[in-house]
Amino acid sequence: MGAQIREYRQRIRSVSATKKITRAMELMAAARVVKAQQAVRESTPYARAITRAVSAVATFSNEEHVLTSEKDKVTRAAVVIITSDRGLAGAYASSVLKESEKLIARLRDEGKEAVPYLLGRKAVGYYSFRQREFAAEWTGDSEKPAFERAREIGQRLVDDFLMDTEAEGGVDEVHIVYSRFVSMVTQEPEVIRLLPLEIVEGTEAPAEGDLFPLYEFEPNVEEVLDALLPKYVNSRLFNAMLQAAASELAARQRAMKSATDNAEELVKKYTRLANQARQAEITQEISEIVGGASALAESK
Amino acid sequence: MSQLQVELVAADRKVWEGEASQVSARSIDGELGIMPGHTPILGVLVQGEIKIHGEGGVRTATIDGGFLSVDHDRVTILAEAVDASGLGN
Repeated sequence: MGAQIREYRQRIRSVSATKKITRAMELMAAARVVKAQQAVRESTPYARAITRAVSAVATFSNEEHVLTSEKDKVTRAAVVIITSDRGLAGAYASSVLKESEKLIARLRDEGKEAVPYLLGRKAVGYYSFRQREFAAEWTGDSEKPAFERAREIGQRLVDDFLMDTEAEGGVDEVHIVYSRFVSMVTQEPEVIRLLPLEIVEGTEAPAEGDLFPLYEFEPNVEEVLDALLPKYVNSRLFNAMLQAAASELAARQRAMKSATDNAEELVKKYTRLANQARQAEITQEISEIVGGASALAESK
Repeated sequence: MSQLQVELVAADRKVWEGEASQVSARSIDGELGIMPGHTPILGVLVQGEIKIHGEGGVRTATIDGGFLSVDHDRVTILAEAVDASGLGN
């Protein structure tokens, strides 16, 4: 009997210890998600300005650029998968990976070979556990991506895109799979095609009736495009990474909240059971004493 | 004389915004000076210093290369990384 109470108490202790950890992680994620959202907001002016510039160039020249033109024959497609470094975020990493599997299957159906580029230890773990090959990995800063990282990855992607596919193992298309931050409760895995670029006329099209002015290009259109497009790639990539970071933290906050709630439930349940066991023990002791006393009385 | 509306934007934040009477930056072809009424231009900037002449003197910032666009006296300077230590407030 006493053993049972001890076991219940032990469970209560261990569940409360876990609860403290999940609670702390929930609070930390909650604090960081605000920062991550702010980082998304702070990167918007740059993204908007660069989109506007790219649109302006696209409007005024019919310049075909190597980064914007579709290749005739697409045989290899890069798939950039943005996941987290750590788990404990519910279905966050697995939903992105699932989406990437769908994309890879689709590419394969179209006769393209998918070349994975992985961000985050979760994706790397997923691939190395299955002993699948991947082209590159970047890990260690999924929660708080820095622009340098986006630039490094963007550089690599542009380089691979410009390489000859057959001779040097380059790629003909670049897709990104990431988790779009819709709100604190909704994050959707999403696929975008990064290269060849589809120039999206800024989210807010030429507002207040002002058309693009007739720009002069310094030094000339080709060089402006040459410099502008890789930066545009970096900017879109950075945006995807920031949204993924915000999604990861929001997902973690939710997962940790439900873990904390669950732990509370368990503590409540085990407390009840422990009380019951204690009561049962007391009752039994009393009946033993009473039984013993009456047996003594009878024997007299 | 009208003033320039200047925006200096780095990839991860807006660095500075304000009015200025003249902005100069280094483009591929050399120093580029912008004053109010400048014709619309989109230029590639190389690594170097940006000078913003405004009220209260000249502000400077160092960028690692980027872009400059001017239209309707609105100057936007885009750079992936900006060292804003000389920018003051």
